[in-house]
Amino acid sequence: MTQPVSPAQQQQDGPVVTTTKSPTPQSAWRALGLRLDVRNLSLLGVLAVLVAVGGFTKPEQFLDSSNLQLVLTQASVIGVVTVGMTFVITSGGIDLSVGAIVALASVWATTLATQEYGFAGILFTAVIVGLACGLVNGLLIAYGGMVPFIATLAMLASARGLALQITDGKTQIVTVETVLDLGIPDAYVLGIPPLVLVFAVVTVVGWLLLNRTTFGRRTVAVGGNAEAARLAGIDVRRQRLYLYLLSGLCCGIAAFLLIILSGSGQNTNGNLYELDAIAAAIIGGTLLSGGRGTIVGSVLGVLVFTTITNIFALNNLQSDVQQIAKGAIIVAAVLVQRRTARDGEA
Amino acid sequence: MPETSRRGLLFGTAAVSAGALLTACTSNEPKKQEPAANNAPAADDKPGKKVTIGFAGPQADHGWLNAINENAKSRAERYSEVTLEITEGSNDTAAQIGQVQTLINKKVDVLVILPADGKALTQVGLQAMKAGIPVVNLDRIFASPQAYRCWIGGDNYGMGLNAGNYIGEQLKDKPNAKVVELAGLDNLELTKQRSQGFADALKNYPNVKRVARQAADFTVESGQAKMAQLLQAQKKFDALWNHDDDQGVGALRAIQQAGRDDFLMVGGAGAKAAMDAIKADNSVLKATVLYPPTMAASAIDLARALGQGKGVSGMSELEIPASITLYSAVVTKDNVDDYLPTGFS
Repeated sequence: MTQPVSPAQQQQDGPVVTTTKSPTPQSAWRALGLRLDVRNLSLLGVLAVLVAVGGFTKPEQFLDSSNLQLVLTQASVIGVVTVGMTFVITSGGIDLSVGAIVALASVWATTLATQEYGFAGILFTAVIVGLACGLVNGLLIAYGGMVPFIATLAMLASARGLALQITDGKTQIVTVETVLDLGIPDAYVLGIPPLVLVFAVVTVVGWLLLNRTTFGRRTVAVGGNAEAARLAGIDVRRQRLYLYLLSGLCCGIAAFLLIILSGSGQNTNGNLYELDAIAAAIIGGTLLSGGRGTIVGSVLGVLVFTTITNIFALNNLQSDVQQIAKGAIIVAAVLVQRRTARDGEA
Repeated sequence: MPETSRRGLLFGTAAVSAGALLTACTSNEPKKQEPAANNAPAADDKPGKKVTIGFAGPQADHGWLNAINENAKSRAERYSEVTLEITEGSNDTAAQIGQVQTLINKKVDVLVILPADGKALTQVGLQAMKAGIPVVNLDRIFASPQAYRCWIGGDNYGMGLNAGNYIGEQLKDKPNAKVVELAGLDNLELTKQRSQGFADALKNYPNVKRVARQAADFTVESGQAKMAQLLQAQKKFDALWNHDDDQGVGALRAIQQAGRDDFLMVGGAGAKAAMDAIKADNSVLKATVLYPPTMAASAIDLARALGQGKGVSGMSELEIPASITLYSAVVTKDNVDDYLPTGFS
């Protein structure tokens, strides 16, 4: 069982990087802290390189403050999903249904019936649908004994199908002004789009939850060794249920953000979010086998992907090139991490 | 059109029944609208001998494909002697082949097939023709002319051509005019044809240059995301051509969010939302190039004529033609009222 490491601790450990070779008494903590620190540092490095590339190729457009807002806004929907995913993966699980849940929540929240109830109706429906899907996932996995991969794959199929059935293949355009207004610059708080604020709040809450609460410690414990966690008195099944509920909740929030962003609900929403969220969490340093998770790393992972997309679009490169680059970045980031992780341990 | 949500196939039975129940409570659609485009049918209206038409299409996960299904159904209902056997839409090639084979085994009189992938369905088209069932190939064309008796579909190249010529005319007096293109799914042949037509049209106007092109996925979400990036990349341009009105909903949202109104936008396909916006004339969207889903209604007309051995009224030939390509008209504020009834949502 490992202890989660907070960025605050990483901060303290930062200067120690130069003295890696000197042995320290609290080596277990230090080594772990240092290792995660190097992981996030390497991601920050990738991000810095990307910013340099963007600034060099398109200085006027890339370094514009409106572009920074754009990158953060585009990161917010998938970012919220990734925070939930990070918890699930940390516990040793996986949630393949996130994209489909976002689609279902967004179309259900934008049906004409829901739009009659305005802002609250749309927000409430999105969150409830997200939680309901998370509940089904959680019950199937925690109490039905299903493998997370299979249970959430089934949810992916049925939620997408249901979303298609509800929309009948049509795009549901949102006419509720109070929802639409949140997506235009008039609603910005101190120059920050509301979507980005929600993303920031979800990130901070997620970080606190994972690193500063019993819930977080239990999550890591379940992911590290479920049997040991059970013997230590943790209700593993209930913990798993909560984790899939949490992921569903994040999908519901993300669906609401997507409704604000696109002004509509469509059954194709959230396409391939599951893969993007998993990729961001993994390159962020969360272990796919469970037992270790980092919210900061996941968010950095999301930012890396969004920044690449932005730079490629600014330079008018086509989507095939973008996909190839994305794949290359995933491989490179994971290879760099494995190397730095080994160096950190040495 | 988009080839997404292949996963819809995996449905658990529980999910299906729950889904049916829940959808019933959703009340999304106050009343079912009869899709328009009920102009004069190809063959005459008088009931003839009984015809059973088999219809197989892709999964209707997109506004345009949904309109295709509705057009086919409502046109078939207009003929008392026509029975329509419609299969569950699928984007899975193997599944669609199976569905067509089932229709062949049922010995329908005529087949209308809109393949998810024209090349991949060619063999089963041949099989039907060899079994003596004439095939009307709708839109996405089979690889061999032997696989169909008649092809009817849209003109993707013409769409790009007409969009380009319209934009060129609007900008012809503007020196160094800049044009941006928001394309559809780049892995579809039709996207390449649309872009080629657009590029060829712009050659007629030496003062107009295409400065950027990004591909989206035919979805609202992708349209918003890609357009937001394009607006960031191009601080000033004069016209935008967007290949698809569904992704155009997202593109218009991005334009609104960026607070830009310094260019004119031309859409594609002919969604009702786009035509409403053109009519209201309160956004950058000034025109859309049609790719009408009414072709499905025409395909039913042709299939009926084939089944009854008739020609097309208004033409001298005894048989229906081997191929019909629709015209991609440019819908503007001036003629939008004529086309509004064909708009799909």
